[in-house]
Amino acid sequence: MTFAAPGAPLAGSGEPFSPDSLPHGPLASLARLASRVATLCWVELRKIRHDRTELYTRAIQPALWLLIYGEVFTRIHAIPTPRGVPYLAYLAPGIIAQSALFIAIFYGIQIIWERDAGVLTKLMVTPTPRSALITGKAFASGVRSLIQGIVVVIIAALLGVTLTVNPLKLIGAALVLVIGSAFFACLSMTIAGLVVARDRLMGIGQAITMPLFFSSSALYPTRIMPGWLQAISKVNPLSYEVEALRGLLIGTSTTLWLDCAILIVATLAGITAASLLLPRLASS
Amino acid sequence: MRGGGAGTGVAVAEAVRCADLTFRFGQHTAVDAVDLAIAPGEMHGLLGPNGAGKTTTIRMLTTLIKPVSGSISVFGIDVTARPMLVRRMIGYVPQALSADANLTGVENVELFARLFDVPRKVRARRVADALEAMGLTDAATRLAGTYSGGMVRRLELAQALINAPRLLVLDEPTVGLDPIARGVVWEYIARLRDEHSMTVLMTTHYMDEADANCDRISLMHRGKIRATGTPDELKGTLGDEATLDDVFRHYTGDTLDKAPEEGGIRDVRRARRTARRLG
Repeated sequence: MTFAAPGAPLAGSGEPFSPDSLPHGPLASLARLASRVATLCWVELRKIRHDRTELYTRAIQPALWLLIYGEVFTRIHAIPTPRGVPYLAYLAPGIIAQSALFIAIFYGIQIIWERDAGVLTKLMVTPTPRSALITGKAFASGVRSLIQGIVVVIIAALLGVTLTVNPLKLIGAALVLVIGSAFFACLSMTIAGLVVARDRLMGIGQAITMPLFFSSSALYPTRIMPGWLQAISKVNPLSYEVEALRGLLIGTSTTLWLDCAILIVATLAGITAASLLLPRLASS
Repeated sequence: MRGGGAGTGVAVAEAVRCADLTFRFGQHTAVDAVDLAIAPGEMHGLLGPNGAGKTTTIRMLTTLIKPVSGSISVFGIDVTARPMLVRRMIGYVPQALSADANLTGVENVELFARLFDVPRKVRARRVADALEAMGLTDAATRLAGTYSGGMVRRLELAQALINAPRLLVLDEPTVGLDPIARGVVWEYIARLRDEHSMTVLMTTHYMDEADANCDRISLMHRGKIRATGTPDELKGTLGDEATLDDVFRHYTGDTLDKAPEEGGIRDVRRARRTARRLG
């Protein structure tokens, strides 16, 4: 039985362990972060490959939003869209962001489940910094959201919505979706670190997703909202995600860079908060 | 990683050294000024009733929680000061059966190969070898969700071994397994340490398993280590006919028969959490 390849450190004692031979410095840390994020995204892709059920069941809700809500509101012309874009086209990026939000919010519940099952502790005993673990999970949610987003784009296309075909803009939209999803996964994992118990988190998850959705510009422009709702919408990262997606996919927004910058800053803050709270999950 | 070791001078260090190690949950002292030394290559058993502080000690050793006071080192490296280095030397199998049910056997092990930076060139080979070493080659491409309890435990050992750890930490390795699966898991653990002279630290409730497999045993009760020695030494103190069970009772009082009055709170909380999850 030999499972250690020649040249690799052999199991067992007696051999001096040399910590100094390990790569260190900021570049090595960055490389390790990239490697861990890639690893956790790889795991997510493998899981989606093994079980696609969720991909299909999660497509039902956005399909209903576009097919029923979207079609009806297109007919009654109740919502003034910028530059007169068809309402269904205006709605599509909002629904893409919504399905990413619903996926991402699940990650806090998942991390508590992994804690209860002992999976999280095992990951935390590998040479993976807390922040890399959180970033990896956040981007894994981004990968899943992206695949779900593609499904929604296909549904929208079937309903006659024409989105951009510019490959650069599509890549940009994919990045926005991944970063937005990463933020909400971090928000969810931060709450997980605060409440620690899974059943409590499920309630909170339910309680925040719909308010986040309705107070964003996913369904209607912020300017037709009452003042108090506009204020909430301004601090709701989902609005910035939706506007960035609209700017890239249907060409409406004029503040694309600001939207992206706000999303990135929010995600960095989310990663920091969730990483700081992660030890709470491990120690209870 | 091999050779040299310049400036570290750890070649003769003990595999594990705890000095005055203490941890508290609020008012409750879970681990109380524990001193413990484990020699390289030793199979050491940490025994004690529920709430004795065994798992808390292991959580400090595996960098999951920080001691309130005292120190703990692995092969001469301080766990609190350099947790990332210590993690590279440890293979850890937690109490719960914790392989990812939604991944195959190969993927479960490959995940840990990646997290331990096993170079891409040798990764597939090492993963296959680790699975073969645990007798899982035939089941390697099946989802871990289809594995039996004993197979999951062996899969977890394969995960823990992928980094060729110098210290293997097993928290209740055979809990929840049927007697045959327990026997098989012990066979694999024994083979591992025989062939790699790996240091093993394990906790268990099963006295017979500790007696048969451990070189030395520490009896822990209410956060303190009450006795340490080889199974024969410990039994010898109580006379010729004594079993490890007798030794255990001698040092822990009658806590085996009674519900623990204190220190069991966390287990209760955990059980309640499980109940809620199921309910």
